[in-house]
Amino acid sequence: MYDIKALYEAESVEDAIRLLTEHPEAQIIAGGSDVLVQIRGGRRAGKELVSIYMIDDMRGVSMLEDGTIRIGSLTSFYHIAEDPIVQKYIPVLGEAVSTVGSPQVRCIGTIGGNTCNGVTSADSSSTLHALDAIVEVTGPNGVRTLPIKEFYLGPGKVDLAHNEVQTAIMIPKAAYEGYYGNYIKYGMRNAMEIATTGCSVNVKLSDDKKTILDIRIGYGVAGPVPLRAVTAEAAGKGQPVSMDTVKLVSEKVLEDVKPRDSWRASKEFRLHLCKTMAERATIEAIKRAGGDI
Amino acid sequence: MLIGKSVPRVDAYDKATGRTKYTDDLCSRKAYIAKIVHSTITHGFVKSIDTSEAEKVPGVVKILTCFDAPEVDFPTAGHPYSNDPSHQDIADRHLLNRHVRYYGDEVAVVVAEDEVSAVQAMRKVKVEYEELPFVLDAQKAMEEGAPVLHDRAPNNCIAHTDIRKGNVEEAIKEPGLICVDGWYETPKVQHCHIENFLCYAYMENGRIVVVASTQIPHIVRRIIGQALSMDWGKIRVIKPYIGGGFGDKQDALYEPLCAWLTTQVGGHCVKLECTREETFTNCRVRHGIRTHIKSYLRPDGTPVARKFECWSNQGAYGSHGHGIAAKGMGVITQLYPCDNVEADAYTVYTNTGVAGAMRGYGIPQAMFAQECHCEDICRKLGLDPLEYRRKFSMPVGFYEPFSKNEQYFDTYNQCLDRAIEVTDYKNKVEAYKNQTGDIRRGIGIALSWYNTATYPISPETSSCRMVMNQDGSVQVQVGETEIGQGADTAYTQMAAETLGFPLHMVNVVSNQDTDVCPFGTGAYASRQTYTAGMGIRTAAEAFKKKILERAFKFTKIQPYLMDIEDGKIVRVTDGRVLMTMQELSLLSLYDKDDSEHLHIETTTSIRSNAYSFGCCIAEVEVDLKMCKCKLVNITNVHDVGTLINPALARAQVHGGMSMGIGFALSEVLLYDEKTGRLLNDNLLDYKLSTFMDHPHLEAQFIENAEPTSAYGTKGLGEPPVNPVAPAIRNAILNATDVACNELPMRPHLLFKRFKEENLI
Repeated sequence: MYDIKALYEAESVEDAIRLLTEHPEAQIIAGGSDVLVQIRGGRRAGKELVSIYMIDDMRGVSMLEDGTIRIGSLTSFYHIAEDPIVQKYIPVLGEAVSTVGSPQVRCIGTIGGNTCNGVTSADSSSTLHALDAIVEVTGPNGVRTLPIKEFYLGPGKVDLAHNEVQTAIMIPKAAYEGYYGNYIKYGMRNAMEIATTGCSVNVKLSDDKKTILDIRIGYGVAGPVPLRAVTAEAAGKGQPVSMDTVKLVSEKVLEDVKPRDSWRASKEFRLHLCKTMAERATIEAIKRAGGDI
Repeated sequence: MLIGKSVPRVDAYDKATGRTKYTDDLCSRKAYIAKIVHSTITHGFVKSIDTSEAEKVPGVVKILTCFDAPEVDFPTAGHPYSNDPSHQDIADRHLLNRHVRYYGDEVAVVVAEDEVSAVQAMRKVKVEYEELPFVLDAQKAMEEGAPVLHDRAPNNCIAHTDIRKGNVEEAIKEPGLICVDGWYETPKVQHCHIENFLCYAYMENGRIVVVASTQIPHIVRRIIGQALSMDWGKIRVIKPYIGGGFGDKQDALYEPLCAWLTTQVGGHCVKLECTREETFTNCRVRHGIRTHIKSYLRPDGTPVARKFECWSNQGAYGSHGHGIAAKGMGVITQLYPCDNVEADAYTVYTNTGVAGAMRGYGIPQAMFAQECHCEDICRKLGLDPLEYRRKFSMPVGFYEPFSKNEQYFDTYNQCLDRAIEVTDYKNKVEAYKNQTGDIRRGIGIALSWYNTATYPISPETSSCRMVMNQDGSVQVQVGETEIGQGADTAYTQMAAETLGFPLHMVNVVSNQDTDVCPFGTGAYASRQTYTAGMGIRTAAEAFKKKILERAFKFTKIQPYLMDIEDGKIVRVTDGRVLMTMQELSLLSLYDKDDSEHLHIETTTSIRSNAYSFGCCIAEVEVDLKMCKCKLVNITNVHDVGTLINPALARAQVHGGMSMGIGFALSEVLLYDEKTGRLLNDNLLDYKLSTFMDHPHLEAQFIENAEPTSAYGTKGLGEPPVNPVAPAIRNAILNATDVACNELPMRPHLLFKRFKEENLI
């Protein structure tokens, strides 16, 4: 039995914005895999909820005319992983969201909820960072877009006004064309897990597969919000495909990540993992890109 | 023969289709809901409780605090009652506590019309405390000046066992002995049964009825009587199907509190259901045990003298207390017999979660210490771990005077032979020599044994009732409970076997109701097939005799010339079917001049117990840089006598191995050093292992029929857990040359150890 004051079911994005405007204390609920847990724990107990779960327009993956991949915010992890566009162009995102919880959670949890929750451990988020994703937000004054890096304001805080709804996440063609990626989730078990640390690497190699033209490294649980390892990326860009480059990149990661000490894992352990995961994910991404390493 | 056949579980279809009724399915929707107010300090006294804000929540029926509850000391352990007061369980528990002894102790309870109101009110109860210092570690709790939890134990030590055999001090003077000295530590872990504990209670004609998810209905009835100072017969406990217990429910959990609550609200039904957080914090846990072993050996490995010390972390209240450490010490000292032994076991109160029974009952901890130590001996002396175990483990003919047990068979060699064959052990040992690189494989062995049932420490008794229906089928009732292990199916096979009935004519009544069911102490100590087996055989043989004597009236054939086959009365001389059981039952019941309802009830006093044996071989792949151990193969071989139902036996072993894998690699209850609070009280932060963490689980058996057992069988419920963790530890050692002497061997520990050994 959940302590919910009232539940308003939105029928469209406009309807959701209207309901949120009318109920300034209300909380959006999509799949509920985070919100219901918070209600049970007392954090959001007794609140009004605006459900956006029935808005089918917010579901599904499509490719726009300019090659941008658009993922409706209500698309479940399961549907993202199974989607042919994702599988063909950005399989690393499917790989990342397939590490969330359990099959049941992956069917109910949405990518919008995962990112709007604002937590650093969101499995989709480090990969979306490594894919230079764009967030689409719809509010009373229309639609605005912003890079995912700017969407995160702090732990549990995202750039979303009370009466705004995140409606899609987009990956521009330039961000995925020619890139190959790998996501490593480090957990203490192989399912039903939240990342101790997560690392997502995307690389683009030269035509002869000898040079790293570009490398993007996203992390979860390596700081208060998901982040990009910019120093390591700069160090790897333009370098030859070699173990030396991989070592250099993974060492440089330590200048970018800022994991904290907690009872779940020590800072020292997390730093060791950040480095090891950068090394392993980069090697795998290079292999997937056709590089010889 | 119905013994030894893998017949389907009698409850399989209903369980698989969701029809089976558990406690919550049976509870009236009109029941009030009880929610406990738990302390937010770890040690201290409740000074005052302000319920005024909580009382205002609509739907609240009553709020009761530690100042309202009777201050009656009662025990909770699910042991049989002892007529000897010095052997009775520690009575140190109250329904609600003014003296708070762990973070989450019960200080008040809200009864409301629904769950939301109860939770809202529970959060509004304000408690003022006087805080005291606390202690979390068992050895530290015994130091002078440590905070004292109970007046009964001024140094927090509940009990101390000392075993003295031969003369260690003299023996170690022998020249040329090598000493191997090791410390081994296992953590507190939780059972994690799927169904959280719950119960509901109501009053009926001046008596209290409690329906509870318990393993031990008759014991719980007695404990409720003790806690409420009521006659035991005024209490009726009903045990429906339960969603697992693993020993947690071999304890009175909140049944006494719930029984008291219904008396405080006019007998209205009150339901008390633990959340998963409460299951972790307030139900029972496995004792964390620190063990120190010193072995003095000749260069060929012969143990000349051995010293053991262990400290068992009891937590805040007595529960099963010293039974766990004492049982562990008994097992550890007998696995590798030695003439000179000094063993000391201490069970100590600390301000942590209350430890009770959990699958293995001290043996997983003892086997971890012993089998790690055995490997350390082999490494130090340059001996082969397989040959060492063959040579020095409990030999054929070993006799234990206290329990009068004997090692009848060369069981360890038989188990090891099977295990090395199944796992290709010898080739793998060769293949894994001299590895380099980040990813390495290793293979490890561990032995274990476990003592089925509790005689002669506790009484062992099994009552059985058999009642014939009009159609000739029989109802069978015993007090040994079905807790998911498949007992009802095994009982059906046993009863049918001895009666000469087909399976479909035997119906084991699954649910125990203390008003109706013959007396029995429940499910624990892996004793159900052993003790209930004897009870069922006694009853079935007597019942068969009674049936045949009654049949004489109608067949005019002497009873000794008749037998029962496939549920029919047959003449043994020529095999002719004389009558069906339905014909006999109808003639007998509806006889106008001489009606008799065929039934029997017997009580069997059991005066023996039985050693169960086994071993485990585990194969791991260790990723040094990722600080991870992946289990790639695991095989358990058990000698538990004759298998009643091989498919169910394999399932038992799979479950036990799974629990052993979690114990080895991921599970630990983490208590905050600063606050004493349990940090990981949920299934996300408590890393119960999942299907994705398990390889194929290989279960093999050696069937040496147990001479003391009615059907040749003995305990299998607990044994599969016991050798798993040390086998995995020894496999990691084989792969990396790094010894992990504490559990769990989770990445945090591997990171620390690999750094210490300069591997990363």
